[in-house]
Amino acid sequence: MTASVIELPVTADDRRIARYAAAAIALTIAEASIPTPLPGVKPGLANIIVLMVLMRHGWRDAVWVSLLRVVAGSLLVGQFLAPGFFLSLCGALASLSTLVVAVRLPVRWFGPVSLSVLGAFAHIAGQLLLARIWLVPHDGLFFMVPLFATAALAFGVINGLIVAALLRETESK
Amino acid sequence: MKTGDWTALMRPGDWFTVAIGLALVIVSYPLLWRGGAAEKAVVRRDGVVVAELPLNISKRIVVDGPSGATVIEVQPGRARVLSDPGPRQYCVKQGWLTQANAIAICAPSHLSLALTGRSPNHDSLSY
Repeated sequence: MTASVIELPVTADDRRIARYAAAAIALTIAEASIPTPLPGVKPGLANIIVLMVLMRHGWRDAVWVSLLRVVAGSLLVGQFLAPGFFLSLCGALASLSTLVVAVRLPVRWFGPVSLSVLGAFAHIAGQLLLARIWLVPHDGLFFMVPLFATAALAFGVINGLIVAALLRETESK
Repeated sequence: MKTGDWTALMRPGDWFTVAIGLALVIVSYPLLWRGGAAEKAVVRRDGVVVAELPLNISKRIVVDGPSGATVIEVQPGRARVLSDPGPRQYCVKQGWLTQANAIAICAPSHLSLALTGRSPNHDSLSY
């Protein structure tokens, strides 16, 4: 009996996306173990990777990395198809669609920090919208908006600076 | 990378984005903490408060009126007149009240169900 071998051809693109996705997933898991004062307030470190991929390799790669991160990350944390998964997915999609548009802003003026802040606000907006429609059908949820917005701005700026530093590091080589 | 070098990572428009973001955050604080969402349901008969129910606990109460019993139901974030002996059922048909200052009036029973917020918003002011 001959062993049948199914070989899936892997392109360089696949390898690159897989490498980035792995880094994003690792950050997601590391982040899941950080205690937060309020559920939903997280640094969103994986967005550093997504933003870097977007600026280096374009939006197709960024979408792949972001969605792979959401699905695989939730599988590993044990949240797949739980409410947290859908919140995460909704946030990621909102953030991605904003970034895909925002990346067209003039590069001379708007750098990674702008993109990161816009993405962070979109992320939180997407999550809150889904939470309001589905999980907490009550406007009391919006009392929390100032806290989420503050976190989005702070972490958006920090992550954006990290991306800018990383990109500068690789470009100068 | 030296310390303090991070400002070099900001492009001119980035300052603008951050400033706008900061303005939005600051504006959101008073706006959203003042509270448009209702907190309490107040039941009055002939203008006298007969019950005050917090909107975070599900509860059903029965208030007796001149023509029979009216049932008020409270669920997290909302309240309604579940049943009333009145002939036209206006207050029952109004359904769930969710906004602060919303009111359902059962005139035949001399009853009103009103929601109050953290700070009362005025319908109108005149001098």
